[in-house]
Amino acid sequence: MSQTATHNAQGHDDHGHHKENFITKYVFSQDHKMISKQFLITGIIMGCFGMIMSILFRLQLAWPDSSFPILETLLGSKWAPGGKLDSSFYMGLVTIHGTIMVFFVLTAGLSGTFSNLLIPLQVGARDMASPFMNMLSYWFFFASSVVLTASVFIESGPAAAGWTVYPPLSALPKAMPGSGLGMTMWLISMVLFIGSALLGGINYITTVLNMRTKGMSMNRMPLTIWAFFFTAILGLLSFPVLLGGSLLLVFDRSFGTSFYLSDIFLNGEGALANSGGSPILFQHLFWFLGHPEVYIIILPALGITSEIIAVNARKPIFGYTAMVISIIGIAFLSFIVWGHHMFITGMNPLLGLVFMVFTLIIAVPSAVKTFNYLATLWRGNIQFTPGMLFAIGLVSFFISGGLTGIFLGNAAIDIQLHDTYFVVAHFHLVMGCAAIFGMMAGIYHWYPRLYGRTMNKTLGYMHFWLTFVSAYMVFFPMHFIGLAGVPRRYYQFSVLPEFGVWDDVNVLITMAAILGAAAQLLFLYNFFSSIFFGKKSEQNPWKSNTLEWTAPIEERLHGNWPGAIPTVHRWPYDYSKPGYEDDFIPQTVPDDGNEEELAHQHTTAPIIPESTDKSEVVHFSALLSKWFGFKNL
Amino acid sequence: MIAAKEREYEFDTKRVNPKMFAMWLLIVAIVMLFAGLTSAYIVRMGEGNWYKFDLPIQFLYSTIVIIGSSFTMWWAYRSAKNDEINQVKIGLITTFILALGFCYLQFLGWKSMNAMDLFFADDIHGDKVSASFIYALSGLHLAHMLGGVLFLFIQIVRAFRHRIHKKNLLSTNMCNTYWHFVGILWVYLFLFFYFAH
Repeated sequence: MSQTATHNAQGHDDHGHHKENFITKYVFSQDHKMISKQFLITGIIMGCFGMIMSILFRLQLAWPDSSFPILETLLGSKWAPGGKLDSSFYMGLVTIHGTIMVFFVLTAGLSGTFSNLLIPLQVGARDMASPFMNMLSYWFFFASSVVLTASVFIESGPAAAGWTVYPPLSALPKAMPGSGLGMTMWLISMVLFIGSALLGGINYITTVLNMRTKGMSMNRMPLTIWAFFFTAILGLLSFPVLLGGSLLLVFDRSFGTSFYLSDIFLNGEGALANSGGSPILFQHLFWFLGHPEVYIIILPALGITSEIIAVNARKPIFGYTAMVISIIGIAFLSFIVWGHHMFITGMNPLLGLVFMVFTLIIAVPSAVKTFNYLATLWRGNIQFTPGMLFAIGLVSFFISGGLTGIFLGNAAIDIQLHDTYFVVAHFHLVMGCAAIFGMMAGIYHWYPRLYGRTMNKTLGYMHFWLTFVSAYMVFFPMHFIGLAGVPRRYYQFSVLPEFGVWDDVNVLITMAAILGAAAQLLFLYNFFSSIFFGKKSEQNPWKSNTLEWTAPIEERLHGNWPGAIPTVHRWPYDYSKPGYEDDFIPQTVPDDGNEEELAHQHTTAPIIPESTDKSEVVHFSALLSKWFGFKNL
Repeated sequence: MIAAKEREYEFDTKRVNPKMFAMWLLIVAIVMLFAGLTSAYIVRMGEGNWYKFDLPIQFLYSTIVIIGSSFTMWWAYRSAKNDEINQVKIGLITTFILALGFCYLQFLGWKSMNAMDLFFADDIHGDKVSASFIYALSGLHLAHMLGGVLFLFIQIVRAFRHRIHKKNLLSTNMCNTYWHFVGILWVYLFLFFYFAH
């Protein structure tokens, strides 16, 4: 049976192979499940690089005047002379850490992994719309990772202008050591990365819109798919603009144009000939991508959380329609708020006001999502799996990091706090930690879907608690450092005596960072050993409704289902439905005709079941829909 | 049974063909690229210190040529729909020749800008970023155009191998769409340069 199916599935892919060999199965694979694993493992490796870099520069920040002979052994005498980190290399580490985490781990590693794995499986398709483009997407990403990683090892050092690569540091090859070849490699890597993101994004959108199985209407899609869908749209609309901005940067660097350069006086060279350019122009182009980019990072994590929280609270997700509207709202608003990264560029105060108002409005859909998570958890029959813990951890970080976003969105406050550790604390919590926790939640939850085995639970719990505590210990104190005006990206605070009061806090933060990094070793061990020795998983380990658990997880067929693709009869959140023996009803179970779907579709007001201990929740949602006229999509 | 499954896999519904749809998304991405860069042009212009000059006349000629090529492409596609294979060949070849003509006219346009002392990278006179922008945008458009020319060439080869007919139109349709798009994109850029400088 499965033999035939594999044969059929391959027959569709135009490559005509009947038996997959090592290369077509593991290397140039066109199976979305294998590509998803490739994205994940590359993302994990890049994540380790990024994490090691953060430990290196945290050592410098905690003990700026000490030397660590081991660093000289590891990094050589150029980058760590006498065991003390070189200042140029410190800047390079900060830059590459940011680039890796933002793009390679949390964009490609998160969205690439889970969009690839879940879109075809959850909408009921045998593969992506174009498996070939999907494969290209991974290999562009791979090449991009290789170029960026290689740039750390070249003689003049990696790009060092910060992950936002503002000109003139990025536009003048002679500005500093990292502005030369390192910056060129950064740009090459980014162009490849944009290629990968566009190929992937086009595929994701096409698959969601064109390849859904019978019965899978848009309003029956799991929230994961909604999130991946809008993430892909954001990427499609914003990455080309970064490409345009980078091209102009390349012209400035290599062809002598002056798009971003004007009136520069370079030490040792005198005044340069460049004139008429505007460095602020780059910031506009960069942040037009840069702001949607943070939602490209967080939306998939939020989608994953919606699914995991509903499954493990054994309750329908609270406010499905409101969740979808919030995703759309966040996606739309993300395009008109980029100016809040540039309040101190001397922009027209009226324009600043507009950006500020739109920025603060984003708090509304974000809060809707948060309240919906909490309402879903409320009085649920919560299963504390490691995946669930990480999902709840995301909600925690999203709240604590999101609140400081309201401070920073105010132009008047941002002018004081711009480029301080307050900003570092804000975005690491709301975007960094929250998205990493979403990614971890996804890995623990869908590990059986990826490898047919489960990860070790005990190690998972240890991993969660150590990471959760250490992440707060690292980033929470940074708020206070930032409020005191300590700027980010500085190399050596010991030369600025007024910041001496923070020395102990910096030591604490570094200790916590080392603890957090050590906790990731548990995860790495758990992840890689479970591939081979993990406990075999049953077909639907979390008793989930969505389609991915109807395809055999033991034999991961290219084509997903051995027989026909299942038909969908209901939305994915029928958990603990009154009158049913099981507390879950998979999407493939036909409607028996005399039931109505709980709190969902075909009715303007949700049906309130007569006897259920969750009646308050449902009742509240009925009131909301009456008051605000929420119609189902 | 296998045939039935293949159908289910390929086209479960009567929605737009996924490849065609992906093509539209590619066009959206290219639109965003140019929207970003023309916005940058406006932002930079708004900052003042902007050198004004008249566009070389060759750009007007190239605009006319590219509009013409859109018509011949449309004619070729319509002929393909009617199974008039010879007209398809003539239409595609004419489009191809007009496309090369467009490229040549763009080249002449740049040459006459050079003659006006307007260079892509000007580090002697300075302040002529306006010219750099026009070089960059028209050059980037030409790069996208060359992708279309390649696509067109493939269509010509396919036409001579009898691969284009009433029942095999997807690829030609995609080429047709892309070609009209790069045409419209140039018309937009031309009008943009004409009115905003």
